[in-house]
Amino acid sequence: MATYKKALVPFLAAALLCLVAATRAVSTFPNSEIPKSPPSRIISLVPAVTEMLYAIGAGPRVVAVSSYDTYPPEVKKLPTVGALLDPNVERILSLKPDLVVVYGSQDDLKQQLSKAGVGIFDYRHAGLPDVTATIRALGDRTGDAARARDLASAIERGLDAIRARVKDRPRPRTLLVFGRERLSLRGIYASGGIGFLDDMLAVAGGTNVFADMKLQAVQASTEQILASRPEVILETRAANSAFPAGERQAELSVWKALASVPAVRNGRLHFLFDDRIVIPGPRIVEGTTAMARALHPEVFQ
Amino acid sequence: MSLQRRFVRTVLGFGALTFVTLLLAPLVGPTPIDIRRVFDFSIPFADNTDAQIFFIARLPRTLAGATVGALFAAAGVVFQGLLRNALATPFTLGVSTGAALGAVLAISFNWSIAVLGISAVPVAAFAGSLAAVAIVYALAQARHRGLSTTVLLLAGVTMNAFFSAMILFVQYFASFADVYRTLRWLMGDLDISSYQPLVASVPAIAIAFAVFAWLARPLNLLSLGPESADSRGLDVTRAQRAAFLSASLATGAAVTIGGPIGFIGIIIPHLVRLLVGPDHRLVLPAAALFGAAFLVACDVVARTIFAPVELPVGIITAMIGGPFFLWLLIRRR
Repeated sequence: MATYKKALVPFLAAALLCLVAATRAVSTFPNSEIPKSPPSRIISLVPAVTEMLYAIGAGPRVVAVSSYDTYPPEVKKLPTVGALLDPNVERILSLKPDLVVVYGSQDDLKQQLSKAGVGIFDYRHAGLPDVTATIRALGDRTGDAARARDLASAIERGLDAIRARVKDRPRPRTLLVFGRERLSLRGIYASGGIGFLDDMLAVAGGTNVFADMKLQAVQASTEQILASRPEVILETRAANSAFPAGERQAELSVWKALASVPAVRNGRLHFLFDDRIVIPGPRIVEGTTAMARALHPEVFQ
Repeated sequence: MSLQRRFVRTVLGFGALTFVTLLLAPLVGPTPIDIRRVFDFSIPFADNTDAQIFFIARLPRTLAGATVGALFAAAGVVFQGLLRNALATPFTLGVSTGAALGAVLAISFNWSIAVLGISAVPVAAFAGSLAAVAIVYALAQARHRGLSTTVLLLAGVTMNAFFSAMILFVQYFASFADVYRTLRWLMGDLDISSYQPLVASVPAIAIAFAVFAWLARPLNLLSLGPESADSRGLDVTRAQRAAFLSASLATGAAVTIGGPIGFIGIIIPHLVRLLVGPDHRLVLPAAALFGAAFLVACDVVARTIFAPVELPVGIITAMIGGPFFLWLLIRRR
């Protein structure tokens, strides 16, 4: 045993050293660049921010986007430079950007870009109010502040208008599903009580059945769904994961196993395969309207 | 004490433990339910939420836990006996990684086939496990007249690594949501929400356990070494083949139902051996019964400890199993 302990000491020491080095590297890293002049070559790794850039008029200066970008249609012609997990630093630098929109968690990328003297716009994924806050901050950064402020205000007015229309309606208890196994009720992921989907549901006049779970994504067990008794079930995905038309009926009928759930009994199951819902960008008013229409069809004809 | 009496005592003892666990587990969960209302058949089933929670959520889940636990524990015993290696698990020979590759393909390519009312992911997982078994078996037979356990072990470990690489390859091109779902599948999940997966796996389970019952004596002889076993009249190659194929079938069925839930196939056999000794005629039934009770209990913990949020059951078994495995490793030296 003694020999093991001896062997362990240098190993532990090395591990400790690595840990210290790692924490130091993170803590000394500067958070973001201070803007000097409006950027002329922008790369966005975040689809929601790409949409914002085009909506505030910075679109012509976007030179590359992430591999997940599809909107607006112009971006399909642009080069792609990877995404959250696989950003291609070499391609990014070769396109000579002066502003790169990155996810807040892309620490390595941020470090490399700031070494190369490239400006960074740090994006963090959060609730609905952060969408308009991001638009305003983005406008300040790209020199489109006036249009950004107008856009943000228009979005806030649009959301307020939806709130006003559903104000006096009963708020159905809603299960917001954004993923499950095909043709089965296994592996159901639903929105918990935080995040932009939960916020959109609140604006659209629904009550999230998992509001008390302070998680963005909840893996909902069969028991939790039965016990929470949702009155409406909304299944939302990106448009490219829509069920083929021939399988929609079969996908609807898997829910029949949970016959005591009011939404199942009253046929209030809706598929919303809509990028305007799942991308927290400038189209969220339309996305929220689509949700509100499913929840309150009598109000939104 | 005669073997017969010890067998009866072992089965009764572990059987009682499993029976009580199975009886109590469906009564426990994050939602309080009224047990009188559950069995009040004057209320239409579709209106009776308590009965739906009991019969659609908890009962299938408990039965799945018992089935998967029994299969993994018994398969662990057989693999350890076959490879004559105390650290062998049902996942050592690539069966579960093959199943995982199948599941990952089904998730990433969004397959929507359904066979016998079973959705694409379990179907693909079972196909993957069969493919892995076929490859490892063919390799172990290729250059030997019999079945070489050394080649079996090396081929199994290599296929494990190879399938893992394939999984990473597929994942690299999958979307975030699919990667996340894959990761979640790998943690194991017993919430099967219907009886179909259990019903569909009955033939595989029946065959596996029938062969296990026959294997108890051959495994005892094999533990003396293949030469001694052979000199005592055992057809070693036939026994090894039966052990490998039946334990692989059991593992494949278990992974298909609940995902690759780790450590049951190693903790339970060792605990049981500590209690009843090395005789496989006692170890096999005891491990199956104890494995069933253990996984059902772990699943109760998983669904209640952080209620309303639920933990993947694989995390619970690994958190108990990891330290146990290390203790075993040190103890053996």
